[in-house]
Amino acid sequence: MHKLLADSPGKKMLLLGNEAIARGAIEAGVAFATTYPGTPSSEISLNLFQVSQESDLYFEYSTNEKVALEVAAGAANSGVRTFCMMKHVGMNVAADPLMTLAYVGVTAGMVILTADDPFMFSSQNEQDNRYYGKISGLAILEPSSVKEARQMTVEAFDLSEKLGEPVILRTTTRINHSSAFVELGKLTPRQTKGDFKKDPFNLVTVPAVSRRLHVRLLENWDRAQAMAEASPHNFTDGDGPWGIVCNGVSYNYVSDAVKQLGIGDKTRVLRLGFSHPTPPNLIKTFLKGCEKVLVAEEGEPFMEEAIKSFAQEAGLTLPIAGKGEKLFSRLYEFDPAMVLRVIAGYFGVSYTDSRPPDLSDVPEIPQRPPNLCAGCSHRATFYAIKKAAEGMETIYPTDIGCYTLGFLPPLAMGDFLICMGSSISTSCGFSKATDKKVISFIGDSTFFHSGLTGLVNAVYNNHNFTLVILDNGTTAMTGHQPNPGVDMAYFNLSGYGRISIEAVVRAIGVEHVTVIKPYKVKKSIEAVKAAIGYKGVSVIISQEMCTLYARSLKKLTVRAFRVTDKCKNHRDCIDQIGCPAFYLEGERVQINPNTCVGCAVCAQICPENAITPVKAKQAG
Amino acid sequence: METTRLIIVAVGGQGNLLASKVLGEAALLSGVPVRMSEIHGMAQRGGVVESAIVFGDAKSTIISDGEADVLVGFEPSETLRALNKCNADTTVITNMAPLPPFTVAIGRGTYPDLDQVQTLIKSKTKRLIAFDAVELAKSAGSVMAVNIALLGALIQTGILPIPKENLEEAIRTTTKKAFVDVNLKAFELGFSLAKNA
Repeated sequence: MHKLLADSPGKKMLLLGNEAIARGAIEAGVAFATTYPGTPSSEISLNLFQVSQESDLYFEYSTNEKVALEVAAGAANSGVRTFCMMKHVGMNVAADPLMTLAYVGVTAGMVILTADDPFMFSSQNEQDNRYYGKISGLAILEPSSVKEARQMTVEAFDLSEKLGEPVILRTTTRINHSSAFVELGKLTPRQTKGDFKKDPFNLVTVPAVSRRLHVRLLENWDRAQAMAEASPHNFTDGDGPWGIVCNGVSYNYVSDAVKQLGIGDKTRVLRLGFSHPTPPNLIKTFLKGCEKVLVAEEGEPFMEEAIKSFAQEAGLTLPIAGKGEKLFSRLYEFDPAMVLRVIAGYFGVSYTDSRPPDLSDVPEIPQRPPNLCAGCSHRATFYAIKKAAEGMETIYPTDIGCYTLGFLPPLAMGDFLICMGSSISTSCGFSKATDKKVISFIGDSTFFHSGLTGLVNAVYNNHNFTLVILDNGTTAMTGHQPNPGVDMAYFNLSGYGRISIEAVVRAIGVEHVTVIKPYKVKKSIEAVKAAIGYKGVSVIISQEMCTLYARSLKKLTVRAFRVTDKCKNHRDCIDQIGCPAFYLEGERVQINPNTCVGCAVCAQICPENAITPVKAKQAG
Repeated sequence: METTRLIIVAVGGQGNLLASKVLGEAALLSGVPVRMSEIHGMAQRGGVVESAIVFGDAKSTIISDGEADVLVGFEPSETLRALNKCNADTTVITNMAPLPPFTVAIGRGTYPDLDQVQTLIKSKTKRLIAFDAVELAKSAGSVMAVNIALLGALIQTGILPIPKENLEEAIRTTTKKAFVDVNLKAFELGFSLAKNA
């Protein structure tokens, strides 16, 4: 049985924040869950996917976040408790349904999880999604710990039902990817079927209906604000003239700093866990007891702006600060020592902190950036394209996935990236606005996520570029989740459809479509040359299963290669493809037989044919 | 309860996350509050994996520069890179078997001299325990036990409020059955080595 299905209330279990959230949803009796995977949220859906295979929980990997939210909206308007999870930038994709679903509401609890990523550990930006609460009018809960993540997830479903609208559960990476012991709660039975009651004059958002629904949304907003005023998630620690307001993980750093500075008797800390709608009375009362106030929040001055406007309403003129010079930054994530320094500086407390040693005499340590795996088919595809386009002036718009790493040397294949699906649509712009050859890259999962509409646009508006669809048969970057092009038999699952990328591309009207096997280097180069010589939209589908995924499915036949004495040290292998199986022994290139998977790409490009398979006995 | 802060740095695939899990379970057995944080987004792509583990009464799950009481490095150049987490009172335990990053192979960096690594760490921290954990793990029966061998040395220092027997029990309950004996042996070897270091 999956560990998160354990019916043992009171048991303490070491859980990752994301597991605690999944457990919270299960305890709340969630019966319907949708997502598009994205770090740092991915383990929530991974666990629910596993749980769905041994229970009556319905779970799906939807094609993108907009679709996921719409699928969820249907279920939640049929009286079924629903959970929809995504990373912060996924909310941008889902923003269209979000805004009007807030008007329409839900008939059963619906929680939308957004996993923000301050410092961008694995994201393209660090936007602060608390503003989605403000723009949609929906309530936000923000846990400060793994333990609270479980508890708030359970309560978010109840809150959603009280308000009749979705509730946003907002986390940051340090909640999602922290672990702690969590006491399990009781399991609520799942109600997997409900009913949809026709009510078009409240559910079909034509202008006359929406005008009334907006009134209701604002009434709900007032109700939510009253609930936030009284919520146990908005609490004060300590009592004193120095006020600190915080949320999420900043509460942890503030608590530790107050203790370490020994200012507990002078300080009161307000933690906002039910952070939107921000409760004015609670804050005004808090401010009245303070001489000066510091707002400690990662990201944007979301609470700070609200608090300053409440102070103005109450005619309070005490100093209130948050973001600024010598204060908190809007950049990156907080850490305990940084928060301690800002608190000490703002309130004028002297302190001694642990300082790192002087590291000026430490030599430069070679970087260890993430890299495409040994034998990764993307590397082979990039090589073929680079060779085929040699001598041409090119622009390579890329997209989001492992293959983004192709922008690093020595491949250096990736010139522009803004968001999921942008490779195709920006290619339309680049190819019209310049005379360079535009060749763009998109993975199979990203193609289904948001590449299709861009490709339709390209054909319809008669653009001129080559699109390379890197089809490795999985959503590799986020941990090998399935996508609509994947054979679900690999997951021992049946009853799924499977969409052929080639058939879709042809049906859209792309006339030059080529499928290549990237490990066949010469053939691939020839095929790419033909495709990039074509005027109009041409598509290359490069098919080869992700090596990591193939290994996990036991479908990888490893046949390691080695560098023989014929090697004359041209180093084309290292300089042009840069597979991490290579290493230097003195001045000689060697291949690590434990890392090499035997894709044989290097063997095909070696000018001396010096790279050959390790014979069985040599492999030892 | 006093707070003890541990940083573990490793290269993806070295078993850092399992080591953290074992420590977490051992902390529970010892009645010690524990919270940890991991950065593991790109670990499978050969990047660095860093775990922060905070024992005792604190709410933070991450550790700032200069705050670590103990640093355990699974790879010597990564240990050196993490020195910013240390201070003059930090104890450092490191595996000395190098895994040069790929950037070295393509000529974009020079791997640091191993003797210099040790000298530098010694000069900036309180104590260094350095040994070839790969060799030790091999002699315990599996190269996979590098992580547990290093935990042996860590527990021997007594810096963590975790008794040896609780850590051994956590190895029995948390690591794969087929590896329990090898892991216990690797743990013992690391423990004895640190005693004599």
